[in-house]
Amino acid sequence: MTYAIEGSTGPWEVVVGLEVHAQVISKSKLFSGAATAFGAEPNAQVSFVDAAFPGMLPVPNAECVAQAVRTGLGLNAKINLVSRFDRKNYFYADLPSGYQISQYEKPIVGSGAIEIELADGSTKSIGVTRLHLEQDAGKSLHDQDPTKSYIDLNRAGVALMEIVSEPDIHSPDEAGAYVRKLRSIMRYLGTCDGNMEEGSLRADVNVSVRKPGEAFRTRCEIKNVNSVRFVMQAVEAEATRQIEVWESGGTVRQETRLFDSARGTTRPMRSKEDAHDYRYFPDPDLPPLVLDKAWVNELGKKLPELPDAKRARFMAEHGLSAYDAAVLVAERANADFFEATAHRRDAKQAANWITGDLFATLNRTGRTIEQSPVSAENLGKLLDLIADDTISGKIAKDVFAVMAETGEAPDAIVEARGWRQVKDSGAIDAAVAAIVAANPDKVAEYRGGKEKMFGFFVGQVMKAMAGKGNPALVNEAVRRHLSP
Amino acid sequence: MSLDPDAIRRVARLARIRVPEVDIPRLQADLNGILGWIEMLNEVDVDGVEPLAGGTTLALRLRADVVTDGGMPEAVLANAPDRAGEFFAVPKVVE
Repeated sequence: MTYAIEGSTGPWEVVVGLEVHAQVISKSKLFSGAATAFGAEPNAQVSFVDAAFPGMLPVPNAECVAQAVRTGLGLNAKINLVSRFDRKNYFYADLPSGYQISQYEKPIVGSGAIEIELADGSTKSIGVTRLHLEQDAGKSLHDQDPTKSYIDLNRAGVALMEIVSEPDIHSPDEAGAYVRKLRSIMRYLGTCDGNMEEGSLRADVNVSVRKPGEAFRTRCEIKNVNSVRFVMQAVEAEATRQIEVWESGGTVRQETRLFDSARGTTRPMRSKEDAHDYRYFPDPDLPPLVLDKAWVNELGKKLPELPDAKRARFMAEHGLSAYDAAVLVAERANADFFEATAHRRDAKQAANWITGDLFATLNRTGRTIEQSPVSAENLGKLLDLIADDTISGKIAKDVFAVMAETGEAPDAIVEARGWRQVKDSGAIDAAVAAIVAANPDKVAEYRGGKEKMFGFFVGQVMKAMAGKGNPALVNEAVRRHLSP
Repeated sequence: MSLDPDAIRRVARLARIRVPEVDIPRLQADLNGILGWIEMLNEVDVDGVEPLAGGTTLALRLRADVVTDGGMPEAVLANAPDRAGEFFAVPKVVE
């Protein structure tokens, strides 16, 4: 099924390429020893290198280089053993040196590909053109003073990975799935925390449209989109705008635009005409970055199991459906929780509890799995109580509700509340006999052929036993007492 | 290669250097003289020679990921023409 937007002149295809800027997880900056932690006092994490004081020299951080290599390996990409840093020249108040150190001609990572999963369960491979290392700029605050902008350089010099995709993306859903998958892979690798609220992951979205079978038309770049939802909305809004331009006889101009999330539209960025004349050249302060093949191989050996491999294993080893497996592996913490819960237990049942009751509880209370009041150990114990018939599946829901509320262990809850299932056939017989004796008219109806009444008796017995009767035994006793 | 007056104006604008119109002919002559001199390098035969970006063949040295710097906002802000609290203050940039 191909996504297309219907215009007045027929269907249009959408072509999207993404440039994702991912903040590297490291303690110190790409070229200086200043800290990277989020939320510090203004300009408290700035070295003279970051502030571009004259004569200061950049020295690259080995961990940032390793993180880029790990990410490249996770994207099934070629690692370039020789790469180079270049200067990208432009003027802006939060870029004190007047250039950003980036990698232009020789990036550290070459072409790769990732698999994305679509809503209909199909998968698609999206090409990754390259990944390069670069410095982040500082942060400008424009709303603090009527005539001035305030500059905080804490973020200046923090390492970013820019990950460029091929124009293989053809719908808002594919764009969203690509960003989510990239984020998931980097979070597994521990190379980027993927926190879009704090700006750790931002995307520049390149959009063009074309008639089926045509070559590419002019594209526009929508800068700095900071959520998966906005990426999807920006693709649709910009494609719709371009179709209107073409169909009204106009021409789409190549330009940089901004996405206005309040209005759901894009508008041109008020930038100067020379903004794209970056005059790249090799940074004379930095000789080529040469990696040792053995070191790269060593990093490759230590990579964790990634989402695709984990999903395949969950399906093969635990018998999960493709859907359940995909939901569980999207976040490593969820996958770990599942494995701890399912260990030596019914994995399918564990998956159902986690993707159902547990996720619903976490969503409702705005918690992450790390903050879950129900631990994997306790959820596992709950499954054990169901498996050994200590409680019924129905009572288990009540036990879970208490666990979610109090964080208590399920066995303690069952004991304290007397919820242990009654399997004593004498007690069940007595309860059934009492209900049968109290409802002679209903007994007559049942025996007269109204078989629906069976459910009434089971319900009444369960109610009398406060839901604790073993369902199989109760059914069996009701049938016995009702038979003529 | 030679620079015309428009190229001079453009280079000056990119470098944020204000150049009065009257200075352009002189700058054009100076810069074209420099470019002509550098163009002599084109006479060297570099067939089969790897492009060299720096003056050495050394590879980059890396440092360990340790916080060793920062924590000195006063020193960083000491030369700022204007400040607001711990921020640099600049004429408003609108986007």
